[in-house]
Amino acid sequence: MSSTTLQHLANGVSLGSLYALVAIGYTMVYGILRMINFAHGDIFMMAAYFAFFGIATFRVPWPFAFIGVILATALLGMLVERSAYRPLRDAPKNSILISAIGVSFLLENLANYLFSGKPKAFPEITFFANTVVIGGVSIQVITFFIPAVTMIILAILLYIINRTKLGMAMRAVSKDYETAMVMGIDINKVIAATFAIGSGLAAMGAIMWGIKYPQVQPMMGVMPGLKCFIAAVIGGIGNIKGAVIGGFILGLGEILLVAKLSSLTGYRDAFAFILLILILIFRPTGILGEKTTEKV
Amino acid sequence: MSNVVPILKTQGITMRFGGITAVNNLSIEVNPGEIVALIGPNGAGKTTAFNMITGVYTPTEGRIIYCGKDITGMKPDQITKNGIARTFQNIRLFKKLSVLENILIARHLRLKSDFLSATLRLPQYRMEEKQMREKVDVLINEFGLSKYQHEVASSLPYGVQRRLEIARALATEPSLLLLDEPAAGMNPKETEELTHFIRDIKERYNLTVFLIEHHMELVMEISERIYVLDFGETIAKGTANEIQNNPKVIEAYLGVEEDA
Repeated sequence: MSSTTLQHLANGVSLGSLYALVAIGYTMVYGILRMINFAHGDIFMMAAYFAFFGIATFRVPWPFAFIGVILATALLGMLVERSAYRPLRDAPKNSILISAIGVSFLLENLANYLFSGKPKAFPEITFFANTVVIGGVSIQVITFFIPAVTMIILAILLYIINRTKLGMAMRAVSKDYETAMVMGIDINKVIAATFAIGSGLAAMGAIMWGIKYPQVQPMMGVMPGLKCFIAAVIGGIGNIKGAVIGGFILGLGEILLVAKLSSLTGYRDAFAFILLILILIFRPTGILGEKTTEKV
Repeated sequence: MSNVVPILKTQGITMRFGGITAVNNLSIEVNPGEIVALIGPNGAGKTTAFNMITGVYTPTEGRIIYCGKDITGMKPDQITKNGIARTFQNIRLFKKLSVLENILIARHLRLKSDFLSATLRLPQYRMEEKQMREKVDVLINEFGLSKYQHEVASSLPYGVQRRLEIARALATEPSLLLLDEPAAGMNPKETEELTHFIRDIKERYNLTVFLIEHHMELVMEISERIYVLDFGETIAKGTANEIQNNPKVIEAYLGVEEDA
């Protein structure tokens, strides 16, 4: 394998992992509430700002800053759910969707107003910026770090969902939330936890995104947000493993498209949308999606 | 009767959906250890009454008292924690999950260990998990579900699904069990078995049973007292005998004879 191919593969896997982390947030919320949280990409953006301010402005050592950012973003996710989605839970599905779009605009404009639209440089962290040489190519530590973190997170997440009380409650709520309530499950807690976990994962994605593509600006969540939503749809929305697979397909596909067909580089973003259209035509439930049956 | 404290008491509960009154001014009392039935033609408001008692709907008017405590307006999960469990008219199992998982979910609320002790597998958690598994095993065996326990709920025969739904309700450790048409879709023989079964679990789990049913053999055989609803109104109450001979009930079920 040529050294450049190796480099592209490493980049593709790393981008795919980032997409996967954010896509999990979309898919978990969909699984539980049957809604697309269009504000998820902007929560990702806010997390990048939190990290920027934590490290660059307040000089918090990066490991502590990261933990703080993850917690703060989880709180932000819960706040959004509590204030914008919960009051609309019994309203028609469209209302909650529109509310999500509203939150998305609110966060973008809030960031623009508070932090200015001028892009900020994400602080460089020496540990991640170091390069290692493998097979004649030098690759940044962060490129390996991202997939490793994603895999560990995925393992923990699957453990939580399949083996813990919270996970059991989440599965019950996603199957039939009314019955889950009658079985004694407090669905408000379960939904809040879902948003906390999804937003925490988006924060991890944002931090690593900032390290790899070191620029923070108010609209930075829009395109990754859309792509991760597409990744979740490709994998089968509602399915966590599907979201990860979708993330990898999108990340690898994008990098390899740019690398192998460099004349199409300008169509990089279009690739994701073309894939979305194809999936919706030929396999609307996604790769791992289940057939949906409407409840009467 | 007067010195018995009812386990469940509704005081004039009314449910309106827009201009439609589904249940009007329903007052019932169920005493500890009783089996009480709620009957009436289709659309009489029986399931709506159950939905109010279990917190799925909040009554437009009236109070619901359970064990002397006002539970009106509580959320379903809080009501379940207080000790009321139910089954559904159209079976509502978690279809894609196994028999075992269905029951474990219902045991969920009785678990005390939090997320952290579960993840770290602390001794307290492991002990609790072991006790839980024992209780679940007992339930599964008593309900004859052991050979199905790893099967997906939707793949079970209809009668077994009904049994599983009752087992799942009992896993929440209720004092009051609400059964919404437990014999729906059953033939006379199955219905008779169910009659014995309900009596049996009532004794074994020390329950009070409040049920909705259309199979009159079952209702008349099993119920100590009966309430009859028609178009949301309570048209009669009393023992099986009294109900069978009540002209209003006969009228509601069979229609009134009109003079030519």
